[in-house]
Amino acid sequence: MGEDARRAAEVAARVSYGRLLALLVAWSRDIAGAEDALAEAFATALATWPESGVPANPDGWLMTAARNRLRNAYRHAAVTEAAMPELERRFNPATEQAAAFPDERLKLLFVCAHPAIDPAIRTPLMLQTVLGLDAGRIASAFLVAPSTMGQRLVRAKAKIRDSGLRFEPPSGEDLPDRLSDVLNAIYAAYGTGWDDVPGATVGTQDLSHEALYLGRLLVELMPDEPEARGLLALMLYCEARRTARRDAAGRFVPLRDQNAALWSRDHIIEAESLLTTAAQAARFGRFQCEAALQSVHIQRPITGRAHHQALRTLYDLLATHAPSLGVLVGRAAATLDAGDPAAALRQLDALPASTAVRYQPYWVTRAHVLHAASRAADAQDALQTAIGLTEDDAVRGYLRGVAAAWQAEHRAADTEAPTRHPRA
Amino acid sequence: MQYMILMCEPESESGKRNDPVHADAYWGGWNAFIGAMAQAGIIVNGDGLQLPHTATTVRVRDGKRTVEDGPFADTKEQLGGYFIIEVADLDTALEWAARSPAASSGSVEVRPVMPPPASAAA
Repeated sequence: MGEDARRAAEVAARVSYGRLLALLVAWSRDIAGAEDALAEAFATALATWPESGVPANPDGWLMTAARNRLRNAYRHAAVTEAAMPELERRFNPATEQAAAFPDERLKLLFVCAHPAIDPAIRTPLMLQTVLGLDAGRIASAFLVAPSTMGQRLVRAKAKIRDSGLRFEPPSGEDLPDRLSDVLNAIYAAYGTGWDDVPGATVGTQDLSHEALYLGRLLVELMPDEPEARGLLALMLYCEARRTARRDAAGRFVPLRDQNAALWSRDHIIEAESLLTTAAQAARFGRFQCEAALQSVHIQRPITGRAHHQALRTLYDLLATHAPSLGVLVGRAAATLDAGDPAAALRQLDALPASTAVRYQPYWVTRAHVLHAASRAADAQDALQTAIGLTEDDAVRGYLRGVAAAWQAEHRAADTEAPTRHPRA
Repeated sequence: MQYMILMCEPESESGKRNDPVHADAYWGGWNAFIGAMAQAGIIVNGDGLQLPHTATTVRVRDGKRTVEDGPFADTKEQLGGYFIIEVADLDTALEWAARSPAASSGSVEVRPVMPPPASAAA
């Protein structure tokens, strides 16, 4: 009995955390206060349910307990007394009694990615509020000190509580921009680099399951939004190739050399189906387009050839609508693969030097373009810069191998045709 | 909720107030903005301020008073005026702030006004 109760509380904690917190926040606008109240309610449940038995409606029990705690906290803090009538007005007792609560998580997602919130803290806020991740875990994924992450989260929650952000999801002409903030924040949790750029950094992966959860949640909450499906499809395509990205010795394997038998069929089927449904809305979107790129890559082992022209067309489309640095570098790589190194070099040269110089995929792509243009010394220089900018040890090892191979190639070419100038 | 919108302009913009060529367009923009807020019934109060060169800054340290000519911070954009507006939420306040001519030439800071303490409200 006690064990069952403990498990019921734990299951409620995992499944219901985000839903309960979203309800409390929609009521109080106070994320930190709601988190504390919910944590206390869960602690009480763990202590009392083994004795008294699991209530018929565990979520309702937790919600009532947390809300009472939150209200008591406000009563004690007399300064907010003036706000109590407003809180009571927002609280609807009918919804608390109902077995099924309204799902307020969409409001929470849009509040976390609100334009008035620092973009760097939007993803951590979502991970903490919707999934209940602790600041330490989030901090390690984002490479900052846990105390720093904790402070930033506290500051963002105070801003949400005190500044009166709108809690209704946007509509009309505001929707595309606001939705794109939510999509970007979810994708940032996935954190995969552009692995169709040869040697691109793979990036933080330990939050990929959380990102997929948020992606699925957004599709569930906005079933008519093609970009939500596009984002989930994109993440699933990347996820499908996860194990194929490393060989048995842990070495990096670029997309073109991956063993397609290692790709996850289930993920690919789900992604293809999401993309097909999204396309029925006939609305262009960055994430649908990026997912379509992945779909083309996936077809290589099926059709036995790479669709360079399709990739180039999709990249041109993406570069027109969403010209991020990653997209523009990816386009140059696609232009190179389509057999046009001169055009690829022009595209790279047109990028803003200030940001491009620190971007590893830029240097990897530049090295490949210069190599294809038979500028061996320049290609080596660019590759060395890329190696210096690489975080991932496996990718660094792979790029060193490329550098050695090019050097050997170059020496062989020199002995065969000593008159040919390498920079010609 | 009540928000204060603090409108800051660069000198190139506030200089248009007394510039015979640009004054009409300058004041026309502000009058239209203020008129639209008034029509929406959101203005609690607000004022334009005289130019930054009229500012004087006072500090008291260790009982000693220092008075300085000029605004407290020597920045490119200087406070030119403020409004307190009563709107539903920050999003609405930001929409109004974006319509201010200062948003295009300088910047506009939006801050919620502190609610009265509970004892004062009782």
